[in-house]
Amino acid sequence: MSRRAPSTSPVARRILHGDRQALARLITQVENRDAAALPAVRALYPHSGRATIVGLTGPLGVGKSSLVNLLLGHLRRQGKSVGVVAVDPSSPFSGGSILGDRIRLERPPGDTDVFIRSMASRGHAGGVALATRETVRLLDAFGMDVILVETVGSGQSDVEIHDVASTSVVVVVPHLGDEVQSLKAGLFEIADVFCVNKADLPGADAAARYLAEMTQLGVRDGGWRPAVVQTSTVGPKGIEDLWASVARHEAFLDASGSRGQLDRRRLTDEILGLVRERVDARLALALARDPELQDFLDRVVAREIDPHSAADRLLSEIRRTA
Amino acid sequence: MSPEQSSGPIRVLIAKPGLDGHDRGAKVVARALRDAGMEVIYAGLRQTPEEIVDSAIEEDVRLIGLSILSGAHMALFPRVLALLKQKRASRIRVFAGGIIPDEDAKRLKKMGVRAIFGPGASLDEIVATARRLAGPARS
Repeated sequence: MSRRAPSTSPVARRILHGDRQALARLITQVENRDAAALPAVRALYPHSGRATIVGLTGPLGVGKSSLVNLLLGHLRRQGKSVGVVAVDPSSPFSGGSILGDRIRLERPPGDTDVFIRSMASRGHAGGVALATRETVRLLDAFGMDVILVETVGSGQSDVEIHDVASTSVVVVVPHLGDEVQSLKAGLFEIADVFCVNKADLPGADAAARYLAEMTQLGVRDGGWRPAVVQTSTVGPKGIEDLWASVARHEAFLDASGSRGQLDRRRLTDEILGLVRERVDARLALALARDPELQDFLDRVVAREIDPHSAADRLLSEIRRTA
Repeated sequence: MSPEQSSGPIRVLIAKPGLDGHDRGAKVVARALRDAGMEVIYAGLRQTPEEIVDSAIEEDVRLIGLSILSGAHMALFPRVLALLKQKRASRIRVFAGGIIPDEDAKRLKKMGVRAIFGPGASLDEIVATARRLAGPARS
């Protein structure tokens, strides 16, 4: 295919030939928002769009990492290559982070069909890092069949995984009972699959029943009714069911035409975000450098001009210099 | 992406090679590095040198910190160094902590372990050394 033409970026070429170090370093550059990453990122984009991207989200301690580990094993037994992006929070105080999700991930030594990357949220709210989407795309271009994204232990409004994954799995445990009510808006709205983990504990059936009832109340996005599965990481149990539900949702996306719409909407959002970022940078620059604008700002401070008029003026300024 | 922010936090892998199960020291060090603003990938117990090096490469860390109390350091540390070299990843620097006799420490340093901390080492000292070993931020 012409869109898979040999790449002009040497880094991209190395990555397409399976160079793991080149991939790892490019991910670091993307995380650091280093402009040096752009040629390779651009060159790799046409190679993305093939992977199944599964997000696992849910409150702290529900067993997301253990489920990722079991899914990883399940998918490897099916011969699928698997990328994992595991996000953990950064300290709001030091900016540092402990990324501990690798502990639970097992794989045979030297298995090159797996690529695991830990990622700190670096102050980004929403359950993932700013670089998560781009990293997933790089793993996709690298040739991973399935990419599992584990979010930070999430609160109600941490729904950004929905913009990254093709299937979002919301993981809960028995006896979240009363909290389930309060979780309904937000996190619970993005679930394509509900997974009641730790189903060996009493209360799992009740939790699954409750969720199933909830999914009867409304149907989302073109007719998909979220699946509810029970899993247990001791045993383990239910992993095949979990993956089967994910696969059913993926098949639904294709059959209903939702995948194309979803992709289009997400990419539109992404492009708008990138434009905003560039406009921000240019505005900041214009504001800092243009003495006329500084005078203008003085007049706003002196209440001679209102902020809205000043904003119009600034916008026309960057249009002029564009 | 903006060119002025080309260097991110220092990324460090903390791992315990070998079979001893005492990871308190490794956790305390991981925590101290976190509090110093580093991103610490905690790989945990009973890691083989192969696993450690593969993880370090995937995570693109600048440093590997090895913690060991079992006495197997003379077998395991050189293996980590050799694998880094073999995989062309010698830019990743290795430091270590644990119960390591002076005689062994000398030999390990000659082989390329950049710093070795005994039970008396202060966390400030370890953090400062990690910072120094990570070097100036690379682009």
